[in-house]
Amino acid sequence: MVKLKLALYWAATCGGCDVAVLDTNEKILDIVNIADIVFWPIAMDFKRHHVEAMEDKSIDVCLFNGAVRNSELEDIAKLLRAKSKTMVAFGSCACFGGIPSLANLTNRREIFERAYVEAPSNVNPERVFPKTKTKVSEGELELPEFYDTVLALGQVVPVEYFVPGCPPPVDLILKVVDALATNQLPPPGATIAAEKTLCDECPRKKEEKRITKIYRPHEIIPDPERCLLEQGIICMGPATRGGCGARCIEANMPCRGCFGPPTGVYDQGAKMLSALASIYDVKDEKEIARMVEEVLDPAGTFYRFGMSTSLLQRKRM
Amino acid sequence: MEEFEPKIIAFLCNWCSYAGADLAGTSRIQYAPNVRVIRVMCSGRVDPTFVIKALRAGADGVLIGGCHFGDCHYMEGNYKTARRVALLKKMLGQLGIEEERVWLEWISAAEGSHFAQVINDITAKVKELGPFARQNNS
Amino acid sequence: MKKITIDPITRLEGHGKIEIFLDEEGNVANAYLQIPELRGFEKFCEGRPVEELPRITPRICGVCPAAHHMASTKATDAVYHVDPPLAAKKLRELFYCAHMIHSHIAHFYVLAGPDFIPGYDAPPEERNILGLIKKVGLEIGGEVIKHRAYAQDIQATIGGKATHPVCGLPGGMSRVITEEERKDFEEKAKSFVEFGKFGLKLFDEQVLANKKYLDLITGDVYFMKSYYMGMVDGNNKVNFYDGDIRVVDEDGKEVAKFKPAQYLDYISERTEPWSYLKFPYLKKVGWRGMVEGKDSGVYRVNSLARLNVADGMATPLAQEAYEKFFATLGGKPVHATLAFHWARLIEILYAAERLLELAKDKEVTDTNIRTIPTAIPDEGVGVVEAPRGTLYHHYQTDERGIIQKVNLIVATGNNHAAMCMSVKKAAQAVIKKGEEISEPLLNMVEMAFRAYDPCMACATHSLPGQMPLEINIYDSDGNICQSLRR
Ligand code: SF4
Ligand code: SF4
Ligand code: SF4
Ligand code: FES
Repeated sequence: MVKLKLALYWAATCGGCDVAVLDTNEKILDIVNIADIVFWPIAMDFKRHHVEAMEDKSIDVCLFNGAVRNSELEDIAKLLRAKSKTMVAFGSCACFGGIPSLANLTNRREIFERAYVEAPSNVNPERVFPKTKTKVSEGELELPEFYDTVLALGQVVPVEYFVPGCPPPVDLILKVVDALATNQLPPPGATIAAEKTLCDECPRKKEEKRITKIYRPHEIIPDPERCLLEQGIICMGPATRGGCGARCIEANMPCRGCFGPPTGVYDQGAKMLSALASIYDVKDEKEIARMVEEVLDPAGTFYRFGMSTSLLQRKRM
Repeated sequence: MEEFEPKIIAFLCNWCSYAGADLAGTSRIQYAPNVRVIRVMCSGRVDPTFVIKALRAGADGVLIGGCHFGDCHYMEGNYKTARRVALLKKMLGQLGIEEERVWLEWISAAEGSHFAQVINDITAKVKELGPFARQNNS
Repeated sequence: MKKITIDPITRLEGHGKIEIFLDEEGNVANAYLQIPELRGFEKFCEGRPVEELPRITPRICGVCPAAHHMASTKATDAVYHVDPPLAAKKLRELFYCAHMIHSHIAHFYVLAGPDFIPGYDAPPEERNILGLIKKVGLEIGGEVIKHRAYAQDIQATIGGKATHPVCGLPGGMSRVITEEERKDFEEKAKSFVEFGKFGLKLFDEQVLANKKYLDLITGDVYFMKSYYMGMVDGNNKVNFYDGDIRVVDEDGKEVAKFKPAQYLDYISERTEPWSYLKFPYLKKVGWRGMVEGKDSGVYRVNSLARLNVADGMATPLAQEAYEKFFATLGGKPVHATLAFHWARLIEILYAAERLLELAKDKEVTDTNIRTIPTAIPDEGVGVVEAPRGTLYHHYQTDERGIIQKVNLIVATGNNHAAMCMSVKKAAQAVIKKGEEISEPLLNMVEMAFRAYDPCMACATHSLPGQMPLEINIYDSDGNICQSLRR
């Protein structure tokens, strides 16, 4: 069998997606058996001009992790797209913007102000900020320009497959590898995970979903057998795609939605908001106001991993 | 310069608010022409996604009309709506969207003039706020 | 002026880059380690409920997520003025020891080890984990993978996921550990202790016994005096999870010892326009630029610093190794930058012994692992020793516990200035005017910053196991006159 040409690339990322690939442990050898890794910048010699020199579509599969947050990353995404037959958004950052896209609730100016001036350990009376070009006595140093808005990969280039998860679990990664090896990939556009919601695969007992108070995770010791949402803890299960094996739930903590919305849901946040308001069983105005109070941070909770691909994408400011 | 004419999307429940709008029409009550009505069976059918989609698709303001408490044809629909819209407003606020762009009003089948008043009010308010422009990239 | 670029040297919050400038003569004029990425966690955590930060901040780094998770969790305890039950603290420390082991194994065996086994001047295609395995035997490779996997398993069992765990929350831990799981931890811990001993033996035989390497470690190229910072327990022994922060000067004299909450009295940060990462320095000493000397506030953190600030290790085998370390390298403190690697191996053994102690302790299966906070939240600092050094999380909230302000000083940040200096020094020593700049020489420059394990040096370097490196030398008109690549 002719070996596949595989590329792995990371953009604005934490590195956890790469560690997840390593967590396949000895099975990583299966990956090496079916594929020649032609790029993996953290592991191999890789420069832009090497990619530029390749024929278009000469890479079979590119696993791209991380969000896009500056022009350099956008360019590389476009370049790799041109050179790859199949582009895979790997991990929640590439799929939906991930946690870095919470930055869409603010902007570059505010971030710089906080990081370089306002933080209490700073001594910066001259208000020095990182610049794209700096003259030093020996020459010039360059930095890439920082965007206001974090983008998911699919907002920059067309993407064939989505592998969600922060990071994607090992069994899903192996599923992808297997599908590649046997050439049994689903039709383009597919998300490689479950179709239905996390609640659908969650092992906890579900009875009647009705609550009259919301508890923050540290305010209550939940029954480890019962649905967390029914115990008043906000759990993103109803608005989140299944396929992770309910990993956080197993640790007795609520889901925060890293698998993104299930098939057919356009906006994960709106869906969760709707689900929560539906089961919160109060009727008079005052009680409704209390409910609103209790949901401390709807945007930051319901869009925890997906500001970039939410319908509104960012805060207007 | 042309004056800004806001586009308002109104989701009206079939049993009360839509009938109220109808009454305003048949009674020839004048109201601002900025509204496009979408009839739904119950205000409880208005998913928050609809509201966000309307804004994203170019609406400058959204009105949700339902029956008064106790009158919902499906018993509980409007309570659910009240909770959703209240929470939605909080979330939209975090996203930099002015609270007055989304209105929830109880309008019965007999309240044609109330309907007209609501339309005039929301139009005036949204006009004041200016066009809703979704911001995307830097 | 000629400019040499080493890009990418890979990740810290993304990517990293070393720029080396040559003067007209062809000697090194200066070296810069640039961090070209910023993500803004300090800002976008504002408005989030404080108990969510242990689940948000780990995404700063997927290589040491558990360090952020723990520093963050401890900061939330402080914000709520809540003291978790002893069982929860033990469980956290157990979890955290597993993390240290995972991270240190990945760094030493996969990334740094190949510079010694087979060696820094071996051909690049052999200078990787595969070359290391070839030299020391195939079963070693299996042991490395096995023990890293064990450490990941323990973290996943306690934290839900090994990468981006979710178990910590203000006042304790989320999930009770079963007796069966405890037994499994105990077995794994025993295996870690053996593996830790093995690592030191390997270092003895392959590195210390070889005069060439010993000379390299103790020689001038990688020698740099500085202040050191690290966490110590009540007996001034190394501790990763909890304790006070101690700072010693270049003579090993204690110059500061403080509680995490007092960090602002001791650390300040400087911004340079050419890097997105700031430069922390000792506030009371002050910033004099990237220079050595007692009146320069540049300090170092990470394994070597931890050993230098402490009076010893809290476990017997690690203590033995600690004594040998200082005896061999000429007493405390050790200023040899390459000794970070040896110190890391001693820490693996300490973490293994400590993990075993904790795993044997039946209290870790106690069901009382949560104290529900009752105080009004306000402000708190949480500090741990991340694998790469002291990590500070500082939160301020409103009376409902909504984040108003966040300040973070990340492990690698502490070493930013020192890394620039070490790189410059190594570059000056190996790049000489007129001489051709060969690949092993540039690797020796890279070794200077690799010793700090600057976060970019993560587990993911494993497959072919070598750092990407490209060197372009530009003449004063900006034309490439020499290009070297591996
Ligand atoms: S998806 Fe999660 S693990 Fe992957 S890069 Fe993003 S933050 Fe890291
Ligand atoms: S809401 Fe959460 S706990 Fe409840 S069933 Fe769904 S995923 Fe499980
Ligand atoms: S439970 Fe939710 S947040 Fe946790 S891994 Fe699964 S999808 Fe992600
Ligand atoms: S039918 Fe009018 S609100 Fe339900």
